[in-house]
Amino acid sequence: MSAASATQAGRGGWLGIYVLGYLVFLYLPVSLIPLFSFNDSIQAAFPLKGFTLDWYRTLSGNSALSGALVTSLMIGITAAAGATLCGITIAYMDLYGRSAIAGTISAIARLPILIPGVIVGISLLILVNLAGFGPSRIAIVLGHILVALPTTVVIMRSRFAAIPKTIPEAALDLGARDWTIFRRVMLPLAAPAIASAFMLAFLNSFDEFIVAFFLAGTEPTLPLYIWNQLRFPKSLPTVMALGTVILVVSIVIASFAEFLRHRGLSTAARPARLDPSQPKETARGELQWHST
Amino acid sequence: MATAVAEVTPSRSRTPASFRAAMLLPGALATFVLILFALALVVFLAFRVNDGSLLGAGFTLANFVTVATDPLYLTVTLRSLAIAGLVTLATVVTAYPVAYYLAFHAGRRRSMLLFLVTLPFWTSYLLRVFAWKIVLAYNGVLNSALLESGLTSEPTLAFLNTPAAVVVTLAHAYAPFAILPIYVALETIPRSLLEAAADLGAKPFTSFRRVVLPNSMPGVLAAALVVFVPTVGDYVTPALVGGPASTMIGTMIQAEFGKANDWPFGAALSVAVMLVILAVVLVVRLANRRFGSRT
Repeated sequence: MSAASATQAGRGGWLGIYVLGYLVFLYLPVSLIPLFSFNDSIQAAFPLKGFTLDWYRTLSGNSALSGALVTSLMIGITAAAGATLCGITIAYMDLYGRSAIAGTISAIARLPILIPGVIVGISLLILVNLAGFGPSRIAIVLGHILVALPTTVVIMRSRFAAIPKTIPEAALDLGARDWTIFRRVMLPLAAPAIASAFMLAFLNSFDEFIVAFFLAGTEPTLPLYIWNQLRFPKSLPTVMALGTVILVVSIVIASFAEFLRHRGLSTAARPARLDPSQPKETARGELQWHST
Repeated sequence: MATAVAEVTPSRSRTPASFRAAMLLPGALATFVLILFALALVVFLAFRVNDGSLLGAGFTLANFVTVATDPLYLTVTLRSLAIAGLVTLATVVTAYPVAYYLAFHAGRRRSMLLFLVTLPFWTSYLLRVFAWKIVLAYNGVLNSALLESGLTSEPTLAFLNTPAAVVVTLAHAYAPFAILPIYVALETIPRSLLEAAADLGAKPFTSFRRVVLPNSMPGVLAAALVVFVPTVGDYVTPALVGGPASTMIGTMIQAEFGKANDWPFGAALSVAVMLVILAVVLVVRLANRRFGSRT
């Protein structure tokens, strides 16, 4: 027995070193962006030349950049609101609507993860041209709603599924009807997940490149601005300073969203654990796009 | 009493139509218009003659004939499949031990590690690819580090603008996608199965090969799918680190909708890509059934 547990621990040890190496590989290339953003050289090469904040100074007072930032923020907030609304209603109707169409919608909503970004981009490009408004901010918003939809549906579905069925039943007993149950009972219980879905949908949009690449009119988003700057070797350090800011913002928002999602799930999972039919992975809250 | 029972069980007939309609509307618009109708437009356009107008004129199969017969498109399609296949293989094989550690050995560190491996998922894909451009460039990090350490005497062009650079960059960019599905599959294997295998005298490796691995196959297949699909049609990575020798099908589609301005032909290429993806999904579904998916 002790020998078996010793080999177990030994194997875990080797695996642990592998996991550590894997994490280093995962983070090392990306960490070069902040590193060189403080380097006093136009070239991203070793040895480092010296510490500077010049590249961050060039970020302020750049009107093209601030324009792209405003565009990205507006698109991100609108698209996140749209994707979260769709995610809430699709997940809710899928679980409580008891209709074939709600199930179909929920299944199709998770489809965009199986469509390459280029094809999402061109299909919407044809659609918005047909609709008459063509490439524009609205077009990008529609594209980003689509890109974020699998995430919001999966998050909201696992949250609603973790709410014990007895709670809406109790509300029904007390005389509440569908709207009231949805608005006064289910939405407040799902609030942390809603906030989390909104933030992750915003991040999806804020960082998204390829769909925006096809659907942008005259106003570029932040990733499109970066893409255009990549052609000029002289502006690479500025791109790295901007990239560092974006990475920091993304990591802060993603961390907060994860915190909210798990906090919401752990409060919901307490009563749900009594229910053996509750799938384990939904209770733990791991995102699963391929549950069907 | 009977009415009281009916009260507790919500029935469809008592659900007001206005509630159902309002709740179904946003999802129906997003899925039927933005996904299904938009994809149907692509398929429709693929059968049209390019006359410069939005939806083309007249019906034709010429676009598909060109896609099927011009060796250029065959080469690019095969290259895309080869690159995406290599990326998928590399990503899944390297992710499996991480998922295994998370499921069986991580203990108290599990939540922290899960968070760390999924965090890159939420950071800019463009920036992650751009990071590899800095690493691999002629006057980049890898070359300057090799020069500094005295391993080479002059920088080499051999890193950037190669298909290998595309494979490494994509494998790195999609690494976080593969861990989660495998982890969830491993996590849901009942621990009693492993104990039973040990009781019956299976060595750790045997119980891994005969119990853990087959039971985790649905997760492995799901992971392969979420990595393969976006990589086969990727545009950013070949454009930034691939060079002309690694043009992929996404690049060709973009060119038809951009410079070449032949939308019907670009649509036909997109349909071809979707058919390839559909075939892969079907193969995965079949394989999933073979392994007795529990989902």
